[in-house]
Amino acid sequence: MSAAARPSPASERDPLARRRASWLLAAIVLAWPLLALSQFKPWTMFGSSSLEVMGHFLAGFLPPSLESDFLALLARATLETLAMATAGIALSFVIAVPLALAMTHSLSISRIGPARWRVRSPLLHGAARLVLIVLRAIPELVWALVFVRALGLGPGAGVLALAITYGGMLGKVYGEILESSDTRGARALLESGSGRLAALFYGLLPGAAQELVSYTVYRWECAVRASVIMGFVGAGGLGQLMDQSMKMLNGGEACSILITFVLLVLLADFISAALRRLLA
Amino acid sequence: MSTHASLSAHERVEAARPCLACLLTLGVVAASVVASFVFLSIDFRALFSRASIASMARFVGEFFPPDLSLPFVSKTAWAALQTLAVSAVGSLLAGVFGAVLALPAAGRWGMAARVASRALLNFLRSVPELVWAALMVLAAGLGPFAGTLALALHTTGVLGRLFAEALENAPAAPQLALRDSGSPALASALYATLPLVAPQWLAYLLYRWEMNLRMATVLGFVGAGGLGQMLYFHLALFQQAQVATVLAAMLVLVIAVDTLSSRWRRRLAPAHA
Repeated sequence: MSAAARPSPASERDPLARRRASWLLAAIVLAWPLLALSQFKPWTMFGSSSLEVMGHFLAGFLPPSLESDFLALLARATLETLAMATAGIALSFVIAVPLALAMTHSLSISRIGPARWRVRSPLLHGAARLVLIVLRAIPELVWALVFVRALGLGPGAGVLALAITYGGMLGKVYGEILESSDTRGARALLESGSGRLAALFYGLLPGAAQELVSYTVYRWECAVRASVIMGFVGAGGLGQLMDQSMKMLNGGEACSILITFVLLVLLADFISAALRRLLA
Repeated sequence: MSTHASLSAHERVEAARPCLACLLTLGVVAASVVASFVFLSIDFRALFSRASIASMARFVGEFFPPDLSLPFVSKTAWAALQTLAVSAVGSLLAGVFGAVLALPAAGRWGMAARVASRALLNFLRSVPELVWAALMVLAAGLGPFAGTLALALHTTGVLGRLFAEALENAPAAPQLALRDSGSPALASALYATLPLVAPQWLAYLLYRWEMNLRMATVLGFVGAGGLGQMLYFHLALFQQAQVATVLAAMLVLVIAVDTLSSRWRRRLAPAHA
């Protein structure tokens, strides 16, 4: 056996060792500026001053605050959070449905033959797609912060922010679901002269309804989570209460609110799972 | 289709009748939507009244034209890079810790470890990023590092659970084969199980990175640096032109990362793209 053919002992253990090592090296070189940019300094956490602040705050966590006026505030904030999520999803549904319909190719009449809108139709599809991208690209909290400036403090800003971002997300996913479901029924209806709405209701929805509703319920669950934190920018609900308690370094109240957060998220999980099971 | 054909006429009538539970649920959902609007005392008519539309239009109009002067644009670009770094490092840390916690959560080290690590992951996951950020600002001081930690903590909870599920679903035979032929536990996990789950883990990681980028733009509101902090600052000073530039930067960054990540994910694991 020639020397060239015989593998070296190192590559016998792992034939890809050298390639893996160089990838690892490249990754570390790439990670270095990222770490510098994000000011990655774990030791600052263990400085005496920050340990002291954190220690005081965490020591205050126990026992959680159970005063009756605080609990009343907490209950109201929890209801406000749930109401914000529900109202936001309802508005976003109103935004999403027309955009999704405008985006759906399988409901396009111009696709199957000459129509009045032949020229404008691709433009309309493109515009709807662009609007949806812009709506969902900016996070809901950013919208909330902006709307708090326009509408003042309170849940109104949160509802509008949810409506815009979730309108974009729902619209995109509705469009995708409608596109990927069985379109033959809708096509047959359109070709035999029915209108677009009739084709939607009798051709597309029977096959796609379950998935559409299930996704909407899932989004509601996400909206509950989002509206929990909406208050940090002044848009009402639990977040606003949490922000106040944290600023006053009131650990007991912060602990109660955190427990409510976790319970609320679990409750939303449960309701959403139950609704989706009902559909299945 | 064949099941429908075999139904009797009576059964078909029954099937066509709207189900009571569905109607009831629909009623409850409609009622809760109405109740929400009433509870929040948001008046639809006020939202669409001429006065409020005019004031909204004026508000939006103040954003134009955006501030495109060179110093401000370069400042925004720097903040955008910082946001990118925060999201990337946060997601990477979460990937590492998630992988470490996924091993016990998948039941590799016995039942007690499994229950304990699942409880920890659930806790990490159910506290929102912004709350973690507010806590980390207390612990690590103002700045992007607090945001990185916050993202890492929350995402560890999410990724740990997803990673564990992938581990549980991976076939055990390759690792058993290596173990039976005498490899140590670590080596057999690295060379048998890891290659099986790696594409899925990477796909999850990339997906969370997309979400974390959005979140990183927001974390600045509580003092964690990046684009969010700039937005908060300029909104507080009513400098709408600067705000418009920052919003545009967010839009570009989010769309760029979404496109990049979804392209990578499609190549990695078509089933999860």
